[in-house]
Amino acid sequence: MNSAESAVPERVAVTAEAAELIRRLREAHGPLMFHQSGGCCDGSAPMCYPAGEFRTGVSDVHLGDLIIDGVPEPVGFWMSGPQFEYWSHTHLTVDVVAGRGSGFSLEAPEGVRFLIRSRLLTDDELDRLRG
Amino acid sequence: MTTYTAPGTQGSVMDYRSRYDHFIGGEYVAPAKGGYFQNPTPVTGQTFTEVARGTSDDVERAIDAAWGAAPTWGRASYEERSGVLLAIADRMERNLEKLAVAESWENGKPVRECLAADIPLAIDHFRYFAGALRGQEGGISQIDQNTVAYHFQEPLGVVGQIIPWNFPILMATWKLAPALAAGNAVVLKPAEQTPASIHVLLETIADLLPTGVLNVVNGFGVEVGKPLASNPRINKVAFTGETTTGRLILQYASENIIPATVELGGKSPNIFFDDVAASRDAFYDKALEGFTMFALNQGEVCTCPSRALIQSGVYEDFLAEGVERTKSIKQGNPLDTETQLGAQASNDQLEKILSYIDIGKQEGAKILTGGERVEMEGDLAGGYYVQPTVFAGHNKQRIFQEEIFGPVVSVASFDDYDDAMKIANDTLYGLGAGVWSRDGNTAYRAGRDIQAGRVWVNNYHSYPAHAAFGGYKQSGIGRENHKMMLDHYQQTKNLLVSYSDSGPGLF
Repeated sequence: MNSAESAVPERVAVTAEAAELIRRLREAHGPLMFHQSGGCCDGSAPMCYPAGEFRTGVSDVHLGDLIIDGVPEPVGFWMSGPQFEYWSHTHLTVDVVAGRGSGFSLEAPEGVRFLIRSRLLTDDELDRLRG
Repeated sequence: MTTYTAPGTQGSVMDYRSRYDHFIGGEYVAPAKGGYFQNPTPVTGQTFTEVARGTSDDVERAIDAAWGAAPTWGRASYEERSGVLLAIADRMERNLEKLAVAESWENGKPVRECLAADIPLAIDHFRYFAGALRGQEGGISQIDQNTVAYHFQEPLGVVGQIIPWNFPILMATWKLAPALAAGNAVVLKPAEQTPASIHVLLETIADLLPTGVLNVVNGFGVEVGKPLASNPRINKVAFTGETTTGRLILQYASENIIPATVELGGKSPNIFFDDVAASRDAFYDKALEGFTMFALNQGEVCTCPSRALIQSGVYEDFLAEGVERTKSIKQGNPLDTETQLGAQASNDQLEKILSYIDIGKQEGAKILTGGERVEMEGDLAGGYYVQPTVFAGHNKQRIFQEEIFGPVVSVASFDDYDDAMKIANDTLYGLGAGVWSRDGNTAYRAGRDIQAGRVWVNNYHSYPAHAAFGGYKQSGIGRENHKMMLDHYQQTKNLLVSYSDSGPGLF
């Protein structure tokens, strides 16, 4: 087993298009964070904020950090714990589509919207995540 | 059958202006930073107007105007305030078609729903709160022979309201009518997906409202919603939307120690017990229609019955007939009064729905009908249309747990009453639910055991004023649509009066 296989698998990734948008938002707004939303209207979509704008608490789970070229610090990705219980078997990829957005997410004025694409985690990934 | 002409073309019952500014202090005001954003119709994907892109400067200006009006409006007689609401309702009624077509064009929903539901419900809502206000009484408590506690309801002052895009005029009305009745001045932010139809309403009613009582600032959440919700000069914030923004708004409210009401959606179960199929009669047909209600308003309803739970004894038959009913839904031009299913409100909404259909398939849920984007022809080709979709699966799958906000229902079976309640309550949310049974005892018990603020029994998707609406669990805080909403927009003043000539004798 090489080191890549033994490492803890990632839960969240980012597409090249979304990474480019995050780079631009980082330049305009400083360090960033994501919190996955649930519920109606613009829910079930990731919200991007200046880091610290949304105060995570004991009920939130840190799914991972997005490491993006040109962004000096990792971009944390969070979700509420109860929501994570229903999502924990899936791998998430932050993507971006044209759209009007809403909520207070930073990208909405750009005419685009972050979107989550999902796939099932493999049995092997789940085993290693459980450690 | 009627097909309304598209706004902006010859013969239309209404036209949008080419640009909308903010409505502040009784007049239209250009945005301080001069920006505008384009507003497309989901019917065709084409831009039909542009709207002011507000910033914190505009929010401050609107709050100034609201504070200029709040003291006088808050002291206005109940007769006067009630009268304004009644006049608004009358004016809307005379402009029903115009408002309905405006909302359909901006949101993509079938105009038949705007004509029969959205706008008539909004009209009734203004009338209801006009009446609720007149019926409101403070309390008098006799503490002892010479001591009386008087309770008065007083307005909060200036309130901020953030409106969703799924019912642009009706959801604005749900928030506006109680706030105005209670004597508050309002700064309202429409959704950026549907910023313009509220201005068609404003054009219709603005002259009825005292200057500054209602102010509308358009723009994006981060640029207008945040400076409004976090503003120390508002006395309450009301929001309908999703959980992360809801939490953020509650965080801002905690900084200013102001009340907040938040309605954050759901994943509503619609439960069909075996006995619905005891006879293939009108009630059975009604239940099948109840199943199909997931497609109402393209599924863009916080209480969309997006989880259908069918008892195992009738599961196969009822589901098969429900799928057939779903296939008979007429999808098409929202401006055609025959159309039952229109366009999703925005491109990102369309993409999100498709991403959920994708994960549903990956998780092994079976598509019984639908599951694809609809490519329309002609003028509608650029619009955002999705087939009504029925999934069969189980409650741990993500399509059973997350609000897709599209015409998508996820169906599972249950064995008995306890199983039904277990599945129904296995969700983060508790906004709506449906219970279908011919047995009154079963229906009553289920209605009480489901952890949701609104349980429809043998009906669904009815939203009359005077029936409280709001969530349990993560679906939010507060109740709309009922006179108790006046309390969410008022302070209670207690005047504790001693009529005794003698002191207590302590010092």
